[in-house]
Amino acid sequence: MTVTTTKGSVDAVSPRALRVPDRRRRATAGYPRWTPYLFLLPAILLFAGFTVYPYVSALWLSLTTNRGGETTFAGLANYVRLLRDPLFYTALKNTFVILIVQVPVMLALAVLLAVAFNSVLLKARALWRTIYFVPIVMGLVAYGILFRALFSSQDGFVNQLLGAVGAGPIPWLANGFWAKMTIVIALTWHYTGQSAIIYLAQLQAIPVDLYEAAAADGAGAVQRFWNVTWPGLRPALVLTAILSTIGTLQLFDEPFVLTGGGPNNATLTVGMYLYTNGFRYFDFGYASAIGYALTLIIGAISLIQLRLTREKP
Amino acid sequence: MTGQTSAGRSLVLTTAIAAGAVVFALPFYWLIIATTYPSRDIFAVPPHFLPGNAFLDNVRGLFADTMFGRSMLNSVVVAGTYTLLGLVVCTAAGYAFAKFEFRGRSVMFGVLLITLALPSQVTLVPLFRLMVWLGWLDTYQAIILPTLALPFGVFLMRQALGSVPDELLQAARVDGAGEFHLFARIVVPTVRPALAALAIFLFLAQWNAFVYPLVVLRTPDAYTVPVALATLQGVGTTDYGQLLAGTLLSMVPILILFLFLQRQFVAGILAGAVKQ
Repeated sequence: MTVTTTKGSVDAVSPRALRVPDRRRRATAGYPRWTPYLFLLPAILLFAGFTVYPYVSALWLSLTTNRGGETTFAGLANYVRLLRDPLFYTALKNTFVILIVQVPVMLALAVLLAVAFNSVLLKARALWRTIYFVPIVMGLVAYGILFRALFSSQDGFVNQLLGAVGAGPIPWLANGFWAKMTIVIALTWHYTGQSAIIYLAQLQAIPVDLYEAAAADGAGAVQRFWNVTWPGLRPALVLTAILSTIGTLQLFDEPFVLTGGGPNNATLTVGMYLYTNGFRYFDFGYASAIGYALTLIIGAISLIQLRLTREKP
Repeated sequence: MTGQTSAGRSLVLTTAIAAGAVVFALPFYWLIIATTYPSRDIFAVPPHFLPGNAFLDNVRGLFADTMFGRSMLNSVVVAGTYTLLGLVVCTAAGYAFAKFEFRGRSVMFGVLLITLALPSQVTLVPLFRLMVWLGWLDTYQAIILPTLALPFGVFLMRQALGSVPDELLQAARVDGAGEFHLFARIVVPTVRPALAALAIFLFLAQWNAFVYPLVVLRTPDAYTVPVALATLQGVGTTDYGQLLAGTLLSMVPILILFLFLQRQFVAGILAGAVKQ
C-alpha cells in the first residue's frame, strides 16, 4: 500500500519536474517542440476544412429550412417531419430487411469457406481462395451494372439458368421482395470472399496444439469446431458483423445502380432517400436531418451489438 | 457421412468448394462473353457460353460514341494523385501520433476515431455547398482533397510506425539528422509493407468512389469512370455492348494491381475492411 502510493506520487511528479526547465525537456525529447505539429499540419487543415466543418455544417443545416432561396432557422422541424414521413420508414424498413437477411447469410457462408480454406483436405486451396476473393476487386457501380444485366427481364441470364433446371422465371427486378433479394445476392457475391479471408487469417492464428489436445480428449469434428474454432473466430466475427451492419445501413451505390430504388420504392434505402432529398429536390435541411438520423441509428445499433457480444463469455 | 476415408472426404469437400467457385466466377464469365457480342445478341435465348467477335466493335463504339476515354483519364489522374498525396498526408500524421508527445494529441486522435464511426453521407450536402462556394464543381481537387486526411489511413500508419524503435530515431538525431530527413530517409523505408497496403486501399477507394463524385461532377468531361458508367446505364437507349465493355475495362487497372501485388493487395483490402 505504502509502496504503491510512493510510486504513484513519483510518477505524478517526475513529468512536471521535467516540464519546468524547457531546455532540459528539449534535450530529453531531442526534437524541436513544433516538429509533431508540422507533420500534422496538412492533415489538420484538410480534416478541419473537409471533415469537421461538413459534419458541423450538416448539423446546423438540419435545423434550417430553405424557402425561396433564403435559409431560415426552423428548430427541430425537419426531424419532426422525418418522424411523420412514411417514405423514410419505407427506406428504413427496406434497409433493415436487406441487413437482416444479408449479414447473417454472408457471415455464415464466410465462416464455412474459411474453415474449408483452412482444411488440409481441400485440394488447390490457393486457386479457390482467389476465385472467391476476386469479386471484391470490382467497383460497386461496375458490379451493380453487371448484376442488373444478369437479373433483368424474364429471359435474363439467371432466369434462363433457372429455366434450365426447371425453376423460375423469377421477377427479380419487377417485384419488391425479389428486388431486395437481388441486392442481397449481389452484396453476398461481392463481400463473402473478403470476410472469408479475414476469418482464415484468424483461423490460422489458432494453435494446432489445441486441435490435437481436443482430438486426444476424444472430441469429434463438430465438437472441435464449437470448442476450438468458434472461440478463435469470435472476435473477428463480432468485428465483421458490426462493420457489415454499419456498411449496409449506408447502402447507396448498389440499389442506385441495380434497382434505382424500385420497383415502387421497394429498394429505396436511407442513403438513397438522403441523396434524393439533397440532390433531386435540393432540400438541404431535410437531407441533413436524414443524415443525422442515420448517424443516431448507426450509433445505437453499434452500441447494442457491442453490449450483446460482450456479455457472453 | 459420405466416405470415412480422408481421400473420400477430401474429394467431397473439394467438389463442394469447386461448385461454389463456379457460381462465384459465373458473373465474370458472363461479363467477358457478353462484351464479345453486339448489343442485340447479348440477351439471346438460349444464352451464349462461347465468345463472339464483337469485342473490338464494342470498345471502339464506347470510345467513339461516349466520353469514356476522357473518364478513364480523369479516373487515372484523380486516383493516382489521391494515392500519392494521401500516402504523404496519412503517413506524416500517423508519424506524429506514433512517435511524438505533444499537447492535444489525445484530443485530436479521439476526434479522428469518432469520425471513423460517422456515416460519410452526412457530409454530402455541406461538401457540395462548399465546392459550389469555392467554384470547384467539375474539378479534380474537389474529388481529391476532401478525403485525403483519411482517419483510417492515419490510424493504419500510426499502428505501423509504432513499431519503429525510438533508439533508431534518437541515434539519427544524435548524428545530427534533421527531422524531415529523418522521416523521409529513415522512418518511411521501415514501413514499406504498410505503405503498399495503404496505397492500394487509397487507389481502390478513389477508383471506385461514386456518390460524392456523382454530386460534384456535373458535366461529362469531368466524370470519373463510375459516374460515367452509371450515367451510361441511365440513358434510355443503353447500348449494353458498350456499357458492359466499359464495365470490364473499368476493372483492368485494379486487376493489374491484384495480379502483380497480390500479397499487398490482400493486405490493403483486409486493412480496408476495418473501415467499411
